[in-house]
Amino acid sequence: MELPVISNTAESGGGGCSSHSCGSTADQLNQIPDEILQKVFNHPCYSEDAHHHFARMHVAVAPACNIQCNYCNRKYDCANESRPGVVSELLTPDQAAKKTLVVASEIPQMSVLGIAGPGDPLANPERTFATFQMLSEHAPDIKLCVSTNGLMLPQSVDEIAKHNIDHVTITINCVDPDVGAKIYPWIFWNNKRIKGREGAAILIEQQQKGLEACIAKGVLVKVNSVMIPGVNDEHLKEVSRVVKSKGAFLHNVMPLIAEAEHGTYYGLTGQRGPTQDELQALQDACAGDMNMMRHCRQCRADAVGLLGEDRGAEFTLDKIAEYELDLEGAAARRAEVRDRIAAELEEKRNAKAAAPAPKLVALDMSGLATKEALRPVKMAVATSGGGVINQHFGHAKEFLVYEASEKGVRFLGHRKTDLYCSGGDTCGDADTTLQQTVKTLEGCEVVLCSKIGYEPWGMLEEAGIAPNGEHAMEGIEDAVMAVYAEMAAAGKLVAPVEAPAQSAA
Amino acid sequence: MALEINDLCVNCWACEPLCPNKAIYSASPHFEIDPDKCTECAGDYADAQCAAICPIEGAIVDELGDALNPPGSLTGIPLQLLMEAAGALEGTAAKVSSS
Ligand code: SF4
Ligand code: SF4
Ligand code: SF4
Repeated sequence: MELPVISNTAESGGGGCSSHSCGSTADQLNQIPDEILQKVFNHPCYSEDAHHHFARMHVAVAPACNIQCNYCNRKYDCANESRPGVVSELLTPDQAAKKTLVVASEIPQMSVLGIAGPGDPLANPERTFATFQMLSEHAPDIKLCVSTNGLMLPQSVDEIAKHNIDHVTITINCVDPDVGAKIYPWIFWNNKRIKGREGAAILIEQQQKGLEACIAKGVLVKVNSVMIPGVNDEHLKEVSRVVKSKGAFLHNVMPLIAEAEHGTYYGLTGQRGPTQDELQALQDACAGDMNMMRHCRQCRADAVGLLGEDRGAEFTLDKIAEYELDLEGAAARRAEVRDRIAAELEEKRNAKAAAPAPKLVALDMSGLATKEALRPVKMAVATSGGGVINQHFGHAKEFLVYEASEKGVRFLGHRKTDLYCSGGDTCGDADTTLQQTVKTLEGCEVVLCSKIGYEPWGMLEEAGIAPNGEHAMEGIEDAVMAVYAEMAAAGKLVAPVEAPAQSAA
Repeated sequence: MALEINDLCVNCWACEPLCPNKAIYSASPHFEIDPDKCTECAGDYADAQCAAICPIEGAIVDELGDALNPPGSLTGIPLQLLMEAAGALEGTAAKVSSS
């Protein structure tokens, strides 16, 4: 029996994900038409390849919102795109444009500027579009993107197309007003506040109209959904189907984050967020149906830098105000960096194409009595990049989760260890960092890392997760398969009588 | 006849562009309504625009000090929970979350 490495075998065309270093998965991009691939190629939020190389930033210019979501507390930034409980510094369009230009001078990898909040960008059209206008003028090479709840999208599509904003993210949590009534208590529409189901119905209609209008104009659309267990979790499969059929190119399911101390409706009424396992199961169920963006890190709305890092603190308003811009010099440096990265990625792709077919790991079945099906196993990997297991357990800020099965290895997603908090003071007295990390790994049976300390070792074992440091510096997929083969040989993988439904991919 | 913004305001800017009389202005520590300009939208709209979009319960009040959006009216959060949360904020933030 042979176990191919699934994510290496798909024939993804030009810009798909050929680098498995980031735990990229081919099912994400290989169904996308070529011209769209070209567009997303150096977009660090969409392309697995690009996100290691190009930087992005958001600016907070859009404070107002025109709807209420039950997971949002308007004291903080829009919970759609950012972590709740974070307040970003509100900028005027002038300040935002200058900040972007300064960052793009200092970080030549800068390729995307997004406006996602703190409220809804399209509820603040003057501020949002003034910012875009200045940037199109002074740095036309920087891609612009905008996130919205969709209420004002149909009215804004012409303006969007005019500014050549080719990426729009719509947060769509439902297509059924009865579900919507449980998520959106009110919207502001035609000079009135409209509550309940009626408001939700209008919002849904506007979102769908806006989605269709963007597609008709050739504007790329990504859809975000917040998974709210018991409210829209099953329903999101339908959402996925609908938005795909209308032409959205990615559907990104994010977990609800609700804590009482956020003061949101969901937080105070005890609505729980999904477990990592539930989230993954839903992402799997939707992926069969459409491309999923699995590497979304729920970055802060005003984050600056490469995915997973934030250099925002370096760019204070004072520093920005006195910075002398050299627009041409900066643009030239960016072009140079872009060309170099493009060449590198191209080279990698070619090397990959020339390389022999991915190594297939044969399973020794002799230890097994029957040819019973083996159950799939989830494994977490600590890596700092390069496609190898090269990170100390305690240093990992996130883990890549893979699923090994008889069909091979596939990448499932990232799990952040600090999704809720990075310091102790804001998040109460609940868990130690280590306990949090172990909780994050729920559902995984093995953790692969370069090294691991004595204490976490014990805690992982107690939680039923086997720590494994034997494959340090080995390629991730080979190591995952090797461990899977060991488990199979040890007879640990005979599927239970009732195999978990989601594993039948 | 004028509405008033109090210190519950979170400075979200939602109301400011909607006012037909340009009565609302950004100020510190929170937005203000110029009482000489505010007409409570009479003659322009059926509903006072600022109060129709403000997401914060209790932040906009009438001349008697009555909230146009009383607690619970927008979020639907039961009063009991709102009070518990307010109590928790005053001192024992950690306790609520652990129950
Ligand atoms: S769209 Fe964003 S800012 Fe508006 S209520 Fe929803 S989460 Fe909050
Ligand atoms: S009630 Fe109307 S006129 Fe008065 S401040 Fe509000 S929006 Fe302006
Ligand atoms: S809408 Fe309400 S919270 Fe927002 S600025 Fe106006 S008064 Fe303040």
